[in-house]
Amino acid sequence: MTTRPSGPAGASPAAYAPLQETSPTFVGMPKFPTAARAELANAQQRKNLRHATHTIRTKRGNVVREVDDWEALRVAGADLKDEALTHLGDYLEQLESSLTANGAVVHWARDAEEANRIVLDIVQSKHVDEVVKVKSMVTQEIELNEALEAAGINAWETDLAELIVQLGHDRPSHILVPAIHRNRSEIREIFLREMGQVGRPAPADLTDDPPRLAEAARLHLREKFLRAKVGISGANFAIADTGTLVVVESEGNGRMCLTLPETLISVVGIEKVLPTWEDLGPMLQLLPRSSTGERMNPYTTMWSGVHDGDGPQEVHVVLLDNGRSHVLGDRLGRQALRCIRCSACLNVCPVYERTGGHAYGSVYPGPIGAVLNPQLRGTASDIDKSLPYASSLCGACFDACPVRINIPELLVELRGTVVKNAGNTPESAAMKAAAWVLSDPKRLAVAQRAATTAGRFTGGKPLRSIPGLGAWTNARDVPSPPKESFRQWWARERGKGDGR
Amino acid sequence: MSAREEILQRVRGAVADVTTPVGQRPVAPARTVHDLSDAGALELFAERVADYRATVIRVPTADVPATVADALAQLGCRSVVVPSGLDPAWTAGLDAAVTVLPEVEATSHAQLDAVDAVVTAARVGIAVTGTIILDHGPDQGRRELTLVPDTHVCVIGADQVVPDVPDAVARLRPEVGAAQPLTWISGPSATSDIELNRVEGVHGPRNLVVVIAE
Repeated sequence: MTTRPSGPAGASPAAYAPLQETSPTFVGMPKFPTAARAELANAQQRKNLRHATHTIRTKRGNVVREVDDWEALRVAGADLKDEALTHLGDYLEQLESSLTANGAVVHWARDAEEANRIVLDIVQSKHVDEVVKVKSMVTQEIELNEALEAAGINAWETDLAELIVQLGHDRPSHILVPAIHRNRSEIREIFLREMGQVGRPAPADLTDDPPRLAEAARLHLREKFLRAKVGISGANFAIADTGTLVVVESEGNGRMCLTLPETLISVVGIEKVLPTWEDLGPMLQLLPRSSTGERMNPYTTMWSGVHDGDGPQEVHVVLLDNGRSHVLGDRLGRQALRCIRCSACLNVCPVYERTGGHAYGSVYPGPIGAVLNPQLRGTASDIDKSLPYASSLCGACFDACPVRINIPELLVELRGTVVKNAGNTPESAAMKAAAWVLSDPKRLAVAQRAATTAGRFTGGKPLRSIPGLGAWTNARDVPSPPKESFRQWWARERGKGDGR
Repeated sequence: MSAREEILQRVRGAVADVTTPVGQRPVAPARTVHDLSDAGALELFAERVADYRATVIRVPTADVPATVADALAQLGCRSVVVPSGLDPAWTAGLDAAVTVLPEVEATSHAQLDAVDAVVTAARVGIAVTGTIILDHGPDQGRRELTLVPDTHVCVIGADQVVPDVPDAVARLRPEVGAAQPLTWISGPSATSDIELNRVEGVHGPRNLVVVIAE
């Protein structure tokens, strides 16, 4: 009989992977600069993105200026999220017991696969072949639709933009307005071509007038809402002390999915917890103004478990980790879990504005994506290694963030992680060599003599490229070395004329 | 170990560096208190609701029945569903040709889909954001009543309007404590998903009429 070495007393057996697994859609995604190059070539997309980000940015600015003490509000938002995150275990237990007391069934999922299995089991127990869905970042993160479809269940996205993306067999490119890369004539074509395949066809005389397109979506989805037995949502907030889930939306598709079906399943990331009901006060001031640039979004639904005779009579809540507890373990990095997915950072980012969301290789694009994806998934893949560099560190994202996530600071920190993990590279060798030269005046003098000798050959013209440093020099010119260094000039003019 | 135990263990281990006890938050920064008078709040509420392109009508309480009837007639509504606990006077002024469907008789989604309008009360109004909040008490009805029909006429009393969001949250504590559902409504259903053009009316009621009873 063999014995295995045992861990310390009380160690957990078969602990789950701390990091989030890259979902199938994004496996093998090239590094950001490669993906961005392809996106930048799409002139239509760049035009749409510029228009979208600038419009929302202006709207946000106007409604934020209306609030006298916006900064105090941001601080309050950051503090209350920190309170929830730094005592997450306590608040999750409290949330679970209030939800249960309100008649909801609470499930826990370590990762995407477990969450998808829980949802699929519930859906299959209802013997249905379709569900209606409210737009939800977390179900995109776990690729729930794909898991349901693999089991023969149609998951109908009901947000207009998500419908456009789904019917177009496409991917979302923005957290808030996922179809922002599509213009009205493309949307009309998609509706005419695809709606009839999956339900009520678009009217034959459909024009590309936005009200007509919205009307087509209303008619197409209404029959699905009225007959759906199961609805699936995420949640913007989960309130621990009252067991209340909150979904913020505009179109009313959320209310349809949250109210009309008999069974409601909500997948909620564990970082969505708010300690108390009163914490909604700051949050509902911060989120709509930061997100759509409105004083308040058209509809917010709040439900506390099962409401007798009103809405779904079977309510499930799936609490999901999927890498979040790993992020929480990083003292500096845990602030990223404050994120309320408002997308204000996307709309002010000069990089996002040009590349769009697809280049980020995740459902979370833009500055917050450049932070969250390598935090959640680690920095092993090409895309996750490159994301911390997908920024000019201008800091506009930090200014815009309603919960004061210091995105530039986190990006710099992550760059450090990437460099450390990379081990010895030409860059680290060059830095070591530079440190060796600069730490001794004699070595520096020798190096400068060599450089000024080279300078006499290049004749003051900038260097377009240096062999072996292609990646660095293909976007930068290196100034020609001077014919004389400052130290040489000083020695010649003021230093007894030995002119070394 | 169950997923629950394992996740709880992970999140507790992750914050082992934290020494602040639960609930001991930093002192919240002082916030501006709205010094809106009742009249000022009401004025702002009416303005901000109208900003969302909802129809706002301010009337003395005695004129509510006639105002409701008139609003429905102007929108061409021929049928209306009414919550069980709605003040009967509010629908007393309706044209005899308008079909009134009591909440208890509206038992299917399809039935509601065939109704033109709904008339309800409200629980709280927020001046700064132009929001009406329903707690779905007897005078507001089940949630689907105010969702499926295309027109929502909502009567709110002047004394129900509070200055800002935190005031409303504080006022709603008892309802949430009693696990009542809430719907916050700020203007009619809208989308900006197509080239960021705002279009009113996607899935929720395309017409929102807010009657302020003073």
